[in-house]
Amino acid sequence: MRRPVPLVLAALLLGALACEKKAQAPSAPNPGASGAPSAAGGAPAPAGTLLLGVATALTGGQATFGISTRNGIELAIAEANEAGGVKGQKLATRVYDTQGKPEEAASAVTRLINQDHVALILGDVASSNSLAMAEKAQAAKVPMITPSSTNPDVTKKGDYIFRVCFIDPFQGFVMAKFARENLKLSKVAVLKDNRSAYSEGLADVFVRKFTEMGGKVVATESYSQGDTDYRAQLTAIKKQKPDAIYVPGYYSEVGIIARQARELGLNVPLMGGDGWDSEKLFELGGSAVEGSYFSNHYSSQDPNERVQKFVQAYKAKYGGVPDALAALAYDAARVAVDAIKRAPDTKPASLRDAIGQTKDFAGVAGTITLDENRNPVKSAAVLKVGDGTYEFVTTVAP
Amino acid sequence: MSQLLQHLINGLAAGTIYALVALGYTMVYGVLKLINFAHGDVMMVGVYFGYSTAFMLGRAARQSLWGVALVFLAAMVGCALLGFLIERFAYRPLREKPRLTALITAIGISFTLSYGFQLDLGPLPGASPRAFPQIIKPNEWFIIGDRDVVIWNWQVLSLAIAVGLMLLLQFLVFRTRFGRAMRAVSFDHRTAALMGIPTDRIIALTFMLSSALAAGAGLLYAIKDTSVSPLMGLYVGLKAFVAAVIGGIGNVPGAVVGALLLGLVEEFVVGYAASTWRDAVAFGFLILVLLVKPGGLFGRVAAEKV
Repeated sequence: MRRPVPLVLAALLLGALACEKKAQAPSAPNPGASGAPSAAGGAPAPAGTLLLGVATALTGGQATFGISTRNGIELAIAEANEAGGVKGQKLATRVYDTQGKPEEAASAVTRLINQDHVALILGDVASSNSLAMAEKAQAAKVPMITPSSTNPDVTKKGDYIFRVCFIDPFQGFVMAKFARENLKLSKVAVLKDNRSAYSEGLADVFVRKFTEMGGKVVATESYSQGDTDYRAQLTAIKKQKPDAIYVPGYYSEVGIIARQARELGLNVPLMGGDGWDSEKLFELGGSAVEGSYFSNHYSSQDPNERVQKFVQAYKAKYGGVPDALAALAYDAARVAVDAIKRAPDTKPASLRDAIGQTKDFAGVAGTITLDENRNPVKSAAVLKVGDGTYEFVTTVAP
Repeated sequence: MSQLLQHLINGLAAGTIYALVALGYTMVYGVLKLINFAHGDVMMVGVYFGYSTAFMLGRAARQSLWGVALVFLAAMVGCALLGFLIERFAYRPLREKPRLTALITAIGISFTLSYGFQLDLGPLPGASPRAFPQIIKPNEWFIIGDRDVVIWNWQVLSLAIAVGLMLLLQFLVFRTRFGRAMRAVSFDHRTAALMGIPTDRIIALTFMLSSALAAGAGLLYAIKDTSVSPLMGLYVGLKAFVAAVIGGIGNVPGAVVGALLLGLVEEFVVGYAASTWRDAVAFGFLILVLLVKPGGLFGRVAAEKV
């Protein structure tokens, strides 16, 4: 009866150790672990360099997104340094891991501001993390640019918070326009995730725009994040015989929805948003997702020369095709560098004004002009799901 | 009409899975008066055993009869072993302690499994959901009109397996020596031990049986919904527990009927109302049953002698 106790204890200890390691990794004085190229955590930045703070998820459920983001930023910074740096200074980054958690994101930003005295902050991917970060950055009046948080509330936190991606509702608009004008559809059903503000936001705008343009939304059904059985909703949708189904959810659910739709004999295309953009979509959806469309920030197959140059540089450095998150992070870092160049000095208020004046900036994921709400006005790419790849279809302008 | 029929088929398919999981709750409760909250997570581990086996077999072998049998066997044997270990190291040391202690331990085991499986280390699968390989070749058996109503071979198979296992359990509990020993242990395990029944062995066997059953149910669930994730056990486990209580926990046919009812109720709520109401209606149904018939639909209210 005594034996199990040490066993259980050992297991608990192991678990605790694993957590400890993770939590410490970003702040440990180890540039390799934190991914910072030059500066070590906590130490002052080398003289003559300008330090940029990066907070993004390098571990946890959003790790693949966060790592793409870090790669994109570091590629842009390396290119800027090769081109001679800014204001006679080299740029360096200090990277902290948010683990995909708002509380970690907030503490990472606090460290970046109070310990590292960074000039500006780049990050994070998930809007809930960026919201927590924006709170701190705004309070300390340090400019922050989020590459890929699409929730409208993020930039509403204050005049120091910017983004380089379009906001959620725009994707609903894009797909409605694409469905009406390019696919010439007239009857569409909507299947949305009623536990996600993202999904609700996209669906609302889609329904409004599609109806305005003369289309008809024949059924609106909903599911809850984490469900695995969607047959009831799909059976109800099938009765209305739609031409397509708009499913503005995440890949983890969309793949299964597609399979079950085909199983019930619903052989119409699905349509969605950037939440679909993952290799996992093919694994979960198999052949059922083929022939579906979704809106995204960019496509690596976009023949645009700017895009192809970025794809080549990224491949050379990291050995993989950059996803939309890498492209947006690259854009965010380049917008930051451009603003630092244009600003009279590197004081936070000067940088803020310079970022806010960004106009017609040629980014990889579209041309960026920031509006008075610090959100960019830019176009979106529509992709078609093929056999294990996405095919670039078209870009839709606002 | 065709829509109603399709909902009926979908609901029964969901219900049979709940039924198989609910049987595990009911068996362990029947013998130990313990609600094994880790049961759903044992099911999840079983699905990962099956998932790994299916991948080791390779694509060609997966849809063959022996391949499927091997996947089920590996998952069920693996889970029986896991059930044995959990009983031996988590529950047995606490058997003479107040019942609440074992309940808390069960919740602890449940969290250890479901969150432990989210670690991304070597053999552990990581947090994101995976697609379960198609081990049974999908085949439409019954179609009305132009695919207006569709029924699949694996749906029929699940129902057959669930009913078969229920009958087998009923036979095991009421017609065999092992069953008689189980019932004796359930009645009073100290007295049973005095009568020469190896209580520890009977209890361990019950756990192994219920865990193997969970693995089988988990595989049918994974085949049905094509997805596997470390948190699937919490959700399915909770629903199956509700089903077992609706039917009268400790009662084998009750668990099956309760689960089929729950599956149908959920399907109709989502199909005709909204998915937001799914859980509210499921738990509302539970409360209603407990109010009207506190022992569950098939249960007896035992008068506690004070």
